[in-house]
Amino acid sequence: MNTPSNAIHESALGAQATPPATMSATRPFYWSVRRELWENRSIYIVPLAVSAVMLVGFLIASIGRAMSLSDPAQRVAVLSEPNDFAALLIMGTTFVVGIFYCLDALHGERRDRSILFWKSLPVSDLTTVLSKASIPLVILPLLTFAITVVTQLIMILLGSAVLRGSGLTVTTHASFFQMSGELLYHLVTVHALWYAPIYCWLLLVSGWARRAAFLWAALPIFAIGIIEKIAFGISHFVTLLAYRISGPEAYSIQSGNQMHSMAAPGLAGFLITPGLWIGLALAAIFLAAAVRLRRYREPI
Amino acid sequence: MPCIEARGLRKTFGTTVALDGIDLRVEEGRILGLIGPNGAGKTTALNAILGLIPYQGELQVLGRNPWTERNLLMRDACFIADVAVLPRWMRVSQALDYLAGVHPRFDRAKAEAFISKTDIRRTSKVRELSKGMVTQLHLALVMAIDAKLLVLDEPTLGLDILYRKQFYDSLLNDYYDRSRTIVVTTHQVEDVQHVLTDLMFINRGRIVLNCSMDEFESRYLEATVNSEQLAAARAFKPIHERQVFGRSILLFDHVNREQLAALGDVRTPSIADLFVALMDHKTGNPTAEMKGATK
Repeated sequence: MNTPSNAIHESALGAQATPPATMSATRPFYWSVRRELWENRSIYIVPLAVSAVMLVGFLIASIGRAMSLSDPAQRVAVLSEPNDFAALLIMGTTFVVGIFYCLDALHGERRDRSILFWKSLPVSDLTTVLSKASIPLVILPLLTFAITVVTQLIMILLGSAVLRGSGLTVTTHASFFQMSGELLYHLVTVHALWYAPIYCWLLLVSGWARRAAFLWAALPIFAIGIIEKIAFGISHFVTLLAYRISGPEAYSIQSGNQMHSMAAPGLAGFLITPGLWIGLALAAIFLAAAVRLRRYREPI
Repeated sequence: MPCIEARGLRKTFGTTVALDGIDLRVEEGRILGLIGPNGAGKTTALNAILGLIPYQGELQVLGRNPWTERNLLMRDACFIADVAVLPRWMRVSQALDYLAGVHPRFDRAKAEAFISKTDIRRTSKVRELSKGMVTQLHLALVMAIDAKLLVLDEPTLGLDILYRKQFYDSLLNDYYDRSRTIVVTTHQVEDVQHVLTDLMFINRGRIVLNCSMDEFESRYLEATVNSEQLAAARAFKPIHERQVFGRSILLFDHVNREQLAALGDVRTPSIADLFVALMDHKTGNPTAEMKGATK
């Protein structure tokens, strides 16, 4: 009974073994991204740790405080408060993780000479650089979203358990789904698209600098800022930089909670912001330069 | 089609000439040893062949331009550049996964079989392995790739003699099949003397000697003669002469074996002896390291 199926299986294997010289272009990319996650476990460990610390803090501080309060309205306030804070904290953490990741991405492989091993494999420099760029531009925003949503959900469930019986629920500034939607929108537009030139600049410097990539990334920016101030008495570059870091909506926000006005100008407004497209063009230039540079790079 | 073909291959670093316009042709199925003192240009030549550095001149490896088509070339060529370039954070299982993921010609089962012959555990990280084991792992990974060209740059540097012997044994027994081409550089020339099919000496960016091992064995002879026969032996114009325990060892190029046998013991010289002779002859300045290798 088994023989025919075995024969088929074997012939299928044989056919697979002979002409596998081509493979889909996405496979090396997929494995290169996985490779980055193997090497840089801080990408997910650090935000997870921050989330865990937040939850422990919530359990001890917020729930403890809520228990000691007699006014139900105050209880709700205390239990609802940390939701936005958790989102901000995790977002801030992954932003920092992304910066350090980028500064090391193309530097570490030259420092430990492993670039010679990576270059001995049929993976192009373009694939390698794109897989590294995808960490801050795709993986980190998605990871931030997932960790934040789960953290907030646990907080709401815990808070609701405390309030159970009082007929009250934890209130957020919007429904949970709406809040998550806003978070995702913010992560995609600001952390992935708006910050792209920042991350790509850091990648380029990490591929170029022989040492102290952080200094090389920061010094030119300080230098330009200082020179324009001293020589011309202007601060256009510094303003531009502040605009880039604080996000496209920063200037329309007058006061109040940032999380609330996050989606304020709307997607259309965001898409016609020239700063977005200039930033993305710069990011593409930095990446192209990083790809070209990696071809010439040797261990340091 | 030759496996590697270079014409006027030249590379300079600033004012230093690393490769001074060399011509090179390596046919398919050869095992070429590239021997030279430190700074002779061996690694530069290999790096150019592997598409790691730009160069001047013409170079074709497996019919491709290595500088512009490195990632395509690496489907058919692989290399071990130096010991210990495997990323230290990587686990053995991750290395297998990754290679199976990105390399169309990687045979995972084969690599696992090679690894199971060693003491390497699948869960170990590279940083936890000894230097010898890292080399074993790298060789296992590379031998599981069905490549046409394998380039080894000092693959056994710093390893003890057992690992070194094992390295070349498995290379010959489990990998080499007369259709693959292997290029190896090493300072431990005695290890590779019986492995090579072709020999190339390189010094100061130039090729000093380029011959097959058959040619080497028929062409060069070394005679150990007593002082009485010394004058007679010198008449055959030895290319190099040294003294050991009061007897003279003379190295001859293109001299009849029977004629020499009348004067003393005749044998094929070691690659190291010939290397020292030729380097002395050409430059008058052999490196201390290569002298050390002759003992």
